[in-house]
Amino acid sequence: MRKRFLSTIALAGVAALGLAACSSSDDGGNGSGDGDTITVGFAQTGSESGWRSANTESMKTAFSAENGFELVFNAADNDPAAQITAVRNFINQGVDAIVIAPIVEDGWDDVLQEAKDAGIPVILEDRTVSSSDDLYASWVGLDFRTEGVYAGEWAAEEFGDTPTKMVVLEGTTGSAPANDRADGFNEAIEGTAIETIDSQTGDFTRDGGKTVMEGFIAKYGIDGIDLLYAHNDDMGLGAIEAIEAAGGVPGVDIKIVTIDAVKDGMQALVDGKINYIVECNPLLGELAAGLVKDVLAGEDVDKSYYVEDQKFTQEEAAEVIDSRLY
Amino acid sequence: MTAIIKHRLFWPASALVVLITVNMLANASFARITVRDGHLYGALIDILRQSAPLMLVALGMTLVIATRGIDLSVGAIMAVSGAVALTIIDGSEDPGGFGTIMIAILVALLVSLVLGAWNGFLVSVLGIQPIIATLVLMLAGRGTALLITSGEITTVVSAPFKQIASGYLVILPVAFFIWVAAVVVVGVVERRTALGMLTEAVGINPEASRLAGVRSRGIIWTAYIASGVLAGVAGIIYSSNTMAADANSAGYLIELYAILAVVLGGTSLMGGKFSIAGTVIGVLIVQTLESTILFLGVAPAKSPVFFALVVIFVVLVQSPRVHRWGRSVFGSSRTSSAPDEDAEKKEVAA
Repeated sequence: MRKRFLSTIALAGVAALGLAACSSSDDGGNGSGDGDTITVGFAQTGSESGWRSANTESMKTAFSAENGFELVFNAADNDPAAQITAVRNFINQGVDAIVIAPIVEDGWDDVLQEAKDAGIPVILEDRTVSSSDDLYASWVGLDFRTEGVYAGEWAAEEFGDTPTKMVVLEGTTGSAPANDRADGFNEAIEGTAIETIDSQTGDFTRDGGKTVMEGFIAKYGIDGIDLLYAHNDDMGLGAIEAIEAAGGVPGVDIKIVTIDAVKDGMQALVDGKINYIVECNPLLGELAAGLVKDVLAGEDVDKSYYVEDQKFTQEEAAEVIDSRLY
Repeated sequence: MTAIIKHRLFWPASALVVLITVNMLANASFARITVRDGHLYGALIDILRQSAPLMLVALGMTLVIATRGIDLSVGAIMAVSGAVALTIIDGSEDPGGFGTIMIAILVALLVSLVLGAWNGFLVSVLGIQPIIATLVLMLAGRGTALLITSGEITTVVSAPFKQIASGYLVILPVAFFIWVAAVVVVGVVERRTALGMLTEAVGINPEASRLAGVRSRGIIWTAYIASGVLAGVAGIIYSSNTMAADANSAGYLIELYAILAVVLGGTSLMGGKFSIAGTVIGVLIVQTLESTILFLGVAPAKSPVFFALVVIFVVLVQSPRVHRWGRSVFGSSRTSSAPDEDAEKKEVAA
């Protein structure tokens, strides 16, 4: 019910957007006749998190008019049907290239085939699709599993043979980042004396992280927990509140390792409340824009490009925090 | 003995007691309460504190349901309220100042009141079905909250604001006193005046109560305003808890948990008779169940099923029909009490 209502609204929005874009490209065609501008349709998932906002910002900057692009932007509010409609609209408008951040993996075959038939190359960013890879030109994104491995390697080095009791705040159950970050971490700490005493989902939110951590503390006590691994910064920040409220010192009594490196997380790292953060870099715009230009120029590109994630200790964070863009 | 069993709060209260007992048996640390700096800490205290947002929302929902209505917009109002309060604090020059906090809270509550009044207007004046009338704000409200925070999570540092959700008064959490105060105020206003009776009259038969001279429009309108304001307070507590206005997840799906708590407390969705004490117990059941999942260490992938099974069990245990069936199967000696049960049921239905 709610979904359908939303998608109707989104559809109306997409239609309006499509009309606006059509009329503006007509103007461009009749007026200056500038043939160098590349029109790109970008189907974003929505605006669900700080990470996503930074990602959108990066794409808008990379696909700017100064860089020779005209960007037709659509955010689908995490409704897969609305996103497919948006892509179809891009095809009908005859954009030069399409960039998609797929909300879900499945159901892309038809619309990707339509884009291919229309001769419009598709670049995927961030998440992947289950369709065969000859239906899109390339993919650019991050490796959640490697992020988990990085976090785990730090924990293994930090604790190694010391018997360590760890609790985990998982991301949304069943989501790719939650699954892969858990797998990567577990792989990296295999053979160490780190023992996972409890693991629960905090749904990637601060409130979830705080509530679950309060439960862990009531269950084991501050002294019964040595290490916390949170699948994102926000849950880690919530857990910090819980630890402080219970009279513990986050980063000392309970060491904390998280993933994402958003602004608030980096600040907590600098303040010594988090011990280690693995970045999940949202600035994919440059690379995506470069790929679009290469593909349109007929150059060969790889099917996938992983963006290297950085890792920060407290000292490293203090050095870079002022220069970070998100 | 039978008088106790017949009391309509007997089954919800026993469900809560059983739930707490199971937790204590499974893990002794559940019952452990420690004193630090004169403040009490422990899993049970956490439940009292964490239940504040749901308690306030469910309290408002009880009043709305009593008028045969439903308020789906409470979660969105929570998001708006938190977003307004934190944006004001964030934008002020003195985020830790008492005056700033008061202004932020007052404006947030005023906005919540207006949103509640809007719901009430749609339902009581324009006669739109409550589920549709409040659906409008459920969708638009969260969008508005996102607009207020420009799609980001607004965070503030403000010691007095933090006290609302995390602070202590004497030995217990401030948030606990807030919900107790709300329950007492609503209880006194509804039960010590005629308002409660009139609300039930409107819920049982709007037309008959109108003919009897009850001004149902004002009563329905008031219920939605109360629900809006209580959701506003819940939003402030929620945002104070993490010191962040998260427009996407604040109060997400809380309307459904509130409805669940109200029903577990024995209030019928058909409107009419309502029980504030029942709602309090219902909320504590839901909140304890959340803690149970943690304490029993139910795997995240299985926890929704676990939650559903317990809820189904609690609902079944409360059903008069199941009681009768149980008696006819397990003991013929007590079948004589069955007619009483029927009589009671008719009375409620009437």
